[in-house]
Order: sequence, then structure tokens, then C-alpha cells
Amino acid sequence: MSPALINANPVVYEKKERPVRTRPGDAAFDEYATELIDQLEDPEHPYSLEELKVITEDAVEVDDKRSYVRVTFTPTVEHCSMATIIGLCLRVKLMRSLPSRFKVDIKVAPGTHATEDAVNKQLNDKERVAAALENPNLVDMVDECLTPSFE
Amino acid sequence: MGDSTTINRVIKHIETYVDSSSSTSPSQQDASLDALAKLLLNDIITLELLVREMEMYLTTTDNIIRARGILLLAELLTRLSSKPLENKTIHSLIGFFADRLSDWRALRGALVGCLALMRRKIGVGAISGSDANAVAQSFMQNLQVQSLGQHDRKLCFEILECLIDSYPDTVMSMEEDEFVYVICEAIDGEKDPQCLLLTFRLVERLAQLYPESSTSLASYAEDLFNILGSYFPIHFTHPKGEDDLKREELSRALMLAFASTPLFEPFAIPLLLEKLSSSLPSAKIESLKYLSYCMDNYRGNEIQEQHETLWSSLKDIVLTSAPSSLTVGSGYQDNKVADEALVLVQKLIKQDKDPVSFLKLILKDVDVSMTLNNLSNYSNHDDITVKDKQRLNAVGRILHVSAAASVASCNSIFQSVFSELVNGLQSVMQEKDYASGGPKFGYLYVCVELLAACSTLVKPAEITYHDKETWCTMLHSFGPILTCSFVKTMKESTHDIYTHTVVMGLQILASFPGNFLPVSKSTFEEILVEFTSIIVLKFNNASAWRSVLNALVEIGSLIKKSDDFEKMASFDVIVVERMLALLSSDDLSMPFSLKVEAVSKIGMTNLKYMLKIVQELNTTISTNLQKYWLGGNSKSAEHAMLLLECYVEKVLPWFQNIGDTDNVPMHFALKIWNVIEDNTLFCDSLNEKKLLETAMNGMKHAVASCSEESQSMILDKAFSILSSNMSFQLNESMQRAEFSCREEWIISLFDSVIIALRPKTQGKNTKEILQIIMRALSNGHIPSAHALGSLFNKMPNDMQYFSLEEAMDITFNKYIVRFSNGDGDNEMGVSNLRLSNVNYGLVTSHAIIVGLAWVGKGLLMRGHEKVKDVIKFFLNFLISNGHRPISNGSISSPEDCQDLMSAVADSFSIIMSDSEACLNRNLHATIKPLYKQRLFNMVMPILLSSIVKSDSPMPHKSMMHRALAHVISNTPLSAILGEAKKLIPLMVDGLMILSEDVQNRDIVYNLLLVLSGILTDKNGQEVIVENTHMVIMCLTKLVFYKHMMLVRETAIQCLTAMSELPYASVYRFRLEVLKALSRALDDPKRSVRQEAVRCRQAWASISSRSLHI
Repeated sequence: MSPALINANPVVYEKKERPVRTRPGDAAFDEYATELIDQLEDPEHPYSLEELKVITEDAVEVDDKRSYVRVTFTPTVEHCSMATIIGLCLRVKLMRSLPSRFKVDIKVAPGTHATEDAVNKQLNDKERVAAALENPNLVDMVDECLTPSFE
Repeated sequence: MGDSTTINRVIKHIETYVDSSSSTSPSQQDASLDALAKLLLNDIITLELLVREMEMYLTTTDNIIRARGILLLAELLTRLSSKPLENKTIHSLIGFFADRLSDWRALRGALVGCLALMRRKIGVGAISGSDANAVAQSFMQNLQVQSLGQHDRKLCFEILECLIDSYPDTVMSMEEDEFVYVICEAIDGEKDPQCLLLTFRLVERLAQLYPESSTSLASYAEDLFNILGSYFPIHFTHPKGEDDLKREELSRALMLAFASTPLFEPFAIPLLLEKLSSSLPSAKIESLKYLSYCMDNYRGNEIQEQHETLWSSLKDIVLTSAPSSLTVGSGYQDNKVADEALVLVQKLIKQDKDPVSFLKLILKDVDVSMTLNNLSNYSNHDDITVKDKQRLNAVGRILHVSAAASVASCNSIFQSVFSELVNGLQSVMQEKDYASGGPKFGYLYVCVELLAACSTLVKPAEITYHDKETWCTMLHSFGPILTCSFVKTMKESTHDIYTHTVVMGLQILASFPGNFLPVSKSTFEEILVEFTSIIVLKFNNASAWRSVLNALVEIGSLIKKSDDFEKMASFDVIVVERMLALLSSDDLSMPFSLKVEAVSKIGMTNLKYMLKIVQELNTTISTNLQKYWLGGNSKSAEHAMLLLECYVEKVLPWFQNIGDTDNVPMHFALKIWNVIEDNTLFCDSLNEKKLLETAMNGMKHAVASCSEESQSMILDKAFSILSSNMSFQLNESMQRAEFSCREEWIISLFDSVIIALRPKTQGKNTKEILQIIMRALSNGHIPSAHALGSLFNKMPNDMQYFSLEEAMDITFNKYIVRFSNGDGDNEMGVSNLRLSNVNYGLVTSHAIIVGLAWVGKGLLMRGHEKVKDVIKFFLNFLISNGHRPISNGSISSPEDCQDLMSAVADSFSIIMSDSEACLNRNLHATIKPLYKQRLFNMVMPILLSSIVKSDSPMPHKSMMHRALAHVISNTPLSAILGEAKKLIPLMVDGLMILSEDVQNRDIVYNLLLVLSGILTDKNGQEVIVENTHMVIMCLTKLVFYKHMMLVRETAIQCLTAMSELPYASVYRFRLEVLKALSRALDDPKRSVRQEAVRCRQAWASISSRSLHI
């Protein structure tokens, strides 16, 4: 049996309606980056990260010219142990979806998590990310979260 | 009969069927059943003999064998249902089966047997009443229906149904209570939908069987209804795909059962009322439906008692679910609940008996009367709140359905509200203070709703009307005021919703039949006059203009439908004449496109008007054309274009619809030729290419819809004009000369006539026509190429003085030179265009190649052998020019040569693709099926071998690939798949070569689409697997194709599809693909990036989960 849920009863928000683009394609990566990750599934609940307001469009910052992306996410509860997993999912998804020229920074929103610094450090350390992805259990979990975003 | 071999056969069959061991399959058992049935049917054995032979099987103590034996006998009886049998036999058989009902281990056979015997028709020997009684008694004693399996239950219900349907007397003679009780017991707790359908029907039949006064039914009514009522509303908790239909069916059966007897009324009405207040919309709809239906069959006492409750819940439903938009006359398209509620209101009012009246409840209702009293507050449409709009709409609809219910209800509604409404409307009119946007909208709205209700009461078929009825007299006396204020509003209001509402009102007033006295003829005419003046003057307000035009069209078609001659005449004089004057007038203030629209729409209501209008159209077209030709007037050109478009898009299809296809188009075509004949002076600088195109299109369509006789008439006329013109006369010099404007028109229209001819139309001058067209083609006139193709496609095979072969020879000799290369015959000789005159430029050669391509297409479509000559010429041209330069002096520069080659390559696209301009079904082309496949098979081997052999320089090779790509992308995929093995390497090669030139991008895309088609097919995938390396190399290159986003996107999609091929064949390319994709992730187009992400994920996950990024 799975252990008790950290946040058993999260608040679910409506998804933001994005205007459908009639003219396919333009160079702005701004919205595009958000679109890539908002479909990710929460590790605990069958909702997307956008529905849980873990990710919002404002919290994704893209600088196409300097090839830089910064994502700030907000865990649903302060002591959420899933924060690192969520961060890892975000990183993997962006790694797979963005051209390699981008540098990606992933941070927990200031003041929203008990062990903020530790999480930030873990998420932005290349070695640690690589090590985490050697762990088959973790990779399985990440892949599960990513599946809906490829449909 | 009955010799030993037959008996042995019978016994063998019986044993096969009865044998329950696994040695016999169900199909074998069925076969022996069929064989036995055949023996019995053909009287080779008798039933008695069979039963005697089967004795052991029917009576044995082995349960399984006994069950099979009885079932065999029963199934045989089912198959003998139309074979006459003796009464004695039947009697003993039914006795046996009825008795066997007690044998629960062999029940299935007994049930089937009883059913088979009971269903027999009287003529072939049916069971008697006492036998039926025996079955019923045994049934009642022995069977516990609900403890049986689903199929057995179904059989039981069928037996009961059969008893009620076929032996009502027997059932009636039984003890009533007992039978009803048995049924109650049998159906109680049934859950299977199929059985439920039967039980519902059973209850319905039962209720119809017993008279209303029957005590047994009355005493069981409550129990029966309790059983039934628990199923309402029908709702599946686990919906599956096709349940919807079943649900409808069940719901209908249950409704019939509910309504089957008035005895259910006291129980059904409270239940339905309770469900009405349910929050489930489907339950609401169901209860409303049931209530409406039951109303007809119940005595109504209970309903009358419940009137007030009913009204208050109905009112709630309508008030809360009415939409807030106030459009008159339309129901609530998406609001079924409100619709059903209104239907019920109407039904209730129709059933009003004098002392108790549902209508009174409505009229006395506080909400309704408050809304009506406050109408004067709803003055300006924009100021009404959404909630008030909803309320107004609801009250309007309620009044509408109530008034439409019956003459009496209409009378009382008019009496109580109408005069106030009209006064309200009028008072505002007189106050003259409605600068704030017209009269009070509320009055207007309700008035029009009531008028709409009236119009449903008047049926055109009735001759006399109750002119003494209150509503008629009221309408009569208020009619003029109403019309006057409506007209005033229509003219002065600028607000759309006002105009729509009053136009609707006026349309209703004008649509009453002619013999309906309350609305006089003068009113009708006045309305028409007003409408027409709006059409002519108020074209600036587009939406009002449209709604008036639509109203006129509605009125016109209604008159047509009711054959009202008096009104038709008024309409003709007032509307149609005015419209015609509009067309010919020089008044430029009104946009011409609106004029054309109005005229054509009005015309389409009635053939009589249309004929008039068509004449006027013809005249207007010709005057406009004349003006244009003489002075180059661009305004006239525009007008002529609009008129011609209207002709092609509206008038001709309309005539085709009513089945009159000959006269009108013929006159149109002849008229145009006449105009051309009469005008010999053309202005020199006419540059409206589009007008000429439109005229050609019109000519094509007109000629195409004519019959053969009319076509040959038009052809003769056209030919005479053509040959009277000097420059078309056939003298020997083939000088290229510029056509004058008039000549250009004549030859283009002539081409259109030729293109549209039917195959059977006989022309006398085919040879001359051919030569004229060929000369025009030499002048670089492309439509002549279409005409040439059509000519070859349709020329009859059996023409006496001019055969198809002859025509081919003329054409070929004129255009093509054959160099004999010493092999004796010309088979593979190198041929070339005959370009004898140095002045012939590139334009001409181009035109000739296009012309030959169309000839080839024409011949190919009819399946003629000669098409080979054309194809051979093209192929030779493509193949040989790689080796030798054109020896003829005319085209020397390599660029020109290159140009011609590409024209030849593109001619394969002409031959293979479908065209709008000519050679399609509408233009009567002769089409043999599978012609594309035939060409594919003809061309493919030659192109394949020559491409493989060819070591020619790139430009030539690319031309061959271009031709190949045209052929491949236009051939049906199934044909391609058959040859996929040979084609794939070439396609990949072609993609690589063609992608180097920007001009080829459409061809590259089409070819890539074929490749993706192959990739999605199972057989295709097998071929791809053999060539994985090649295909992936090609696709990874196309991922970066600069010139077309679609190519990049499709290439990535193909790669995604390839990731699903067998692991072993694609795994080694994984890194390569991923590398290419990581660059594609930075593509400037969003959709390409998205495809790339998806594709990358697919390829990343074909191996272990390691990311490898």
C-alpha cells in the first residue's frame, strides 16, 4: 500500500484558456515553454500541475535571446516531500523539449517550502540530477508524470 | 415412407443432436436439426413416426439427454410453424409440453415447444382454448419465473404475451385474480433490459385486455404500478456505447404501459409530479413526456386536481430555463426541458373542460399578469435586464402555445390581453416621444408572439373560417392599427432586434391565406409595398435588409405552395416588376451585388417569376457586355461579372433542381453568341481577364446542362460565327498572330462550348473545328488545349467521314517530327516538336506541350490505345534529351531546353490529376474506371529503368524524377503499395534530388505524403523496414527543409511513425535521429517544435529509459 498522502485534499483550479493560434508557429518561446510543462501530472494526484496552481504562466520566465529559462514553482503544501520530484519532472521535460542552447533554472517559490534551499540546491546541481536519473524507481515515477504531456 | 434406411438416418440425426458429449460440435447439431426439419417438411417421415422413434429420449431418466430430446422436438415444431398438422397431433403434443413445464431440469425444451405450438395460426392447425387453459394452469402451478435464467425468463414472458394476444377468451375465462397475480409475481424485480421490454408490453396488453371496470385489475393496479413505477425514469447507471437507442425503446415501452389504463392515474400522476421537481434534467424531460402522453388516455380527474401544482412547476421550468434572447418564433433549440414543458401546457389547455380550466390558471397567474402589466416598463430593448428578458420570453412563449392550443383558448387570450397590447403599442405611437428608440419593445414582442400563434390556427386547406370568432373580429378591427405601427417602427427604428421583430409580425400578417377575411387584401398589398420600398431604399442597414428580403422570399414561396392566384398576381405586380426595374435601372446608388441577390432570391420562389427574371437577366448581361466591349467600361464589366456568377451559382442549379434543364441555358448561350455576332467593334484595350473567365465558366455550365439537340444548335451557331471571322479561316500559312480582343473572346467561348459538349452531340465540322483549335493552340491559347483534350475524349468511335485515328494523325503530324533512327519503324524513334518556323517562341512550344498533355488525358480517360503514342513522345523527350541537344535550330539555349523539359515533366501532372476546368463528370467526360492505375502501370517500368540506367547530368535526372513524382503522388495509394518495393528507393532518391530546388517544394510535399501513406500501411511498413537506412537518412535531411514548414512537419511525423517499426531495424539509427531532432527543437515554427518534442520522446523511449540527452 502507498503511504498516506502528503496533501490528501488539494484545491483544484481551472485551467487557463489559451487562445488557439490560427497562424501556426512563431519564434516566441515564452508561452511555448509554459505549454510544455503545464500538462505534467502531479505525482500524488491525477491533476495537471497547472490545475493545482503549482505552475502558472507568470512563474515561467524565458529569455530567448540569452537562451535562459527560469521556472518558479509553488508546492501545494509547505512540507511537501514531492517538491523535489516535481522539480525533477520539470527539469526532465524541459531538457527533452527545449533546444540544448537553453540554460534552465528551476526554483521553489521563496517562502513556500520548509526546506527551500535544500530543494533548490538539489534541483540545480547537474551531478545530483544525473545521479537521480540513474535511479530506475525515480525515472519510472518521472516518466509516469510526463506521459500525459505527450498525448 | 418409413423404410429402414430412412429410419436409420433419422435415428442418426437424433443421436447427433441429443449427444451432449464433446464429440459433436454445435454446427453439426444444427445441421442434423435442419436435416430432420427437411424430412418432416417434405413428408418423408411423419411427426408421429418421429415421436415414436424419439420415445426413449423424451422419457429417459437421464436429465441431460431428456432435456436435449425435448428441445429437439420443440425446435422442430418451431421450424414447422407453417406446416399443417392434425388437431389430434397438436392436442397430444401440447398436452405433453404443458405437462413437461413441471420438469425443471428440462424446462427450456418445454417452454420452446409451448411457444411454438401456441404461435401456430388457425389455418394450419392451432391449439384449442382448453389446451391454452391447460398450459396456463401448468404455468401457474409450476413456474417461478424470477428464479430462472435470463433466456428462460424471456421465453416465459413470451408465453404470457402470446396467451394474452392469441387466447384472450381463455384468459378471461380463468379466475382473474389468479392470472394477474401470476403476472405481477413474474415481472417483479426483473432487471434485464430485453426482458423488461417484454414485461412492459405485457402490462400494457394486460391492461387493455381487461375492461376498466374489472375488479381484479383494479385491486392489483397499485401493485402493478408499484412494480412499474420503480423503473421510472429509465436510467442506465453503467452506460455502454449503444445503450442510447435501447434506452429510448425501453422508455417508450414503459410510457405505453403507464398510459395503458386509467386505473394507473391516481398512482402515476403523483409519481410523475414528484420526478418533475427532480434536479436531473433527463428525469424532468421524461416526466414531461410521460405526462403529455398519459393525458390522452387518462380520464383526467386526478390531473385536474393537480392542476395548480402542475402549473406552478411548469411555470418554474419555463421561467428558469427560457433563454434571454428575444427572437420571435424560434423554439429553444437547445432547451428540451422548456420545449417539453410548453408542449404539456398546450396539451393541458386542449383538454380544458368548462368548469375546470387550465387556461384560467395561466391568465390569473400573478407572474404572468404582472409581466403583462409591466410591459410598458420594457420600453427600450437594451435597458431590459437579462432576468426580465428571460421572463418576458417565457411569458411570450406560454401565451403563444396557449393561444395556439385551440380556437377557444385563442379567443379568451385575445379577449383578456390583446386590446391592451394594441393600445399600449398605439399610445406610444401617438405620444411621439419615442425618440429613445421606437415603441415599447415589450408590447411589440408579445403582439408578434400572439400573431404567430394565430397563424398556426389558420390552415390553408379550410375554406371557411369562423369569422365570428372573437380573435378574428379583434384581429380584423385592430389589423390596420397594427400594420401601421409595425410599418412605422420598421422604417424608423435603427435597432436590429426591433426590425427583426416587426418584420416577423408583418410577414405573419401577410402570410394568412387569401380567403382569410380578417386580414384584407389591401393590408397584404400595403405590406408588400412597404417591404419592397425597404429593399430598394434601405440597403445600408444590411441586417434589416436581409431580414426583409427573407420575409419576402418566405411570403413568395408560401403563395406558391398554396396556389393563391389572387395573391400571386399582387406579388407579381408589386414585388417582381419592381425588382426587374431595379436590374435595368441605371441608378447607381444601390450596390449592384445587392440588386442581383434580391432579384435571384425572389425569383427562386416561383417558376413564373423566375422565367421573367431570367429574360431580364439575359438582357442585362448582354447590354453590360456590349457596353464593356465598346468602351471598356469597367463598371459594366463588374456588373456583367456579378450577373454571370449569379447565373452559374444560383439560376442554373435552380433550374436543374426543378428538372427543367434545357430551355433556359440554351437561350442564355445563344443570346451571348448573338451579342457577339452583333458587335463587330471591340474596344482595343480590354484587359479584364477575369470577366472572360467568368463568361467562359458561364458558357461551360450553360452548355453542359443542355440536351444534345440544343447543344448541336449552339455549336452550329458558334461555328458559323467563328468561321465568318477572317482570322480563323484555314489558310495554309501557320503564322503566329496576335488575336484581337474580339477574336480572343470568340475563340475562348468556342472552346468552352467544345469542353462542355455531351459525347453524343454530333457536330458536322469536326475536322475544321479540330484545325481551328489547333491553330489557336499554336498561338499559345491555353483554353484551346482543354478543348482539344475534350474533343479527343468525346469524339465518337464510329464517325464515318472523320475517325479518331485520322484526328490523331493530323495532330501528331502537325506538332511532332519523328526522326527515324534507322531501326525501320518509329517505335522508339526519337521525336521532337515540329517547330518549323523560327519565330515560334517558347510560348508556343509550351502551349503545344500542354495541348498534347490534355490530348493524352482525354485519350487515357476514355481508355483509347493511342494514348501510348502521346506518352511515348513525352517519355522519349525526357529520356533522350539527356543525351542530345535539340537539333532543331529554334530552341538552342540550355535554359530554354531546361524549361521545355520541365513543361514535359509537368504534363504528367496534367494527365494524372483531376481538373475543375474540363474533363470531369459535370462536363460529360468519358471516364473509364481505373485510368490512373493504367497510366501508372504503363509509365512506371519505363521511367524506373531509365532513371536507374541514366547517368545523365543532374538537371535531366531531376526532370525525370519530377515526372515520376507527379505520377506517384496522383496514383491511388493501393496501387503504389503493390509496387512499393521498387518505388521506395526511387522515391527517396527523388525526394533528395527534388528538395534541392525551391520550385519543387509542392512536389516534394506531395511525394512525402505518399511516403507517409506507405508508412501507415502494414504491407508498406514491411518494405520500409528493408530500406530503413535510406529512408531515415532522407527524412533527417527533410527535417531541415527550408522552403516549406509542412514538409518539415510531415517529415518529423514520418520519423515518429518509424519509431514503431521493429526494434531491430531502427535501433541503430536512434542516436542519429535524436541528434537531428535536437536541432529541430529550435525550429522557428511552433508546430514543428511540438512535433519534434513528441518524436523525440518516441525515439528516446524505444530503448532503455536512459535519457541520453
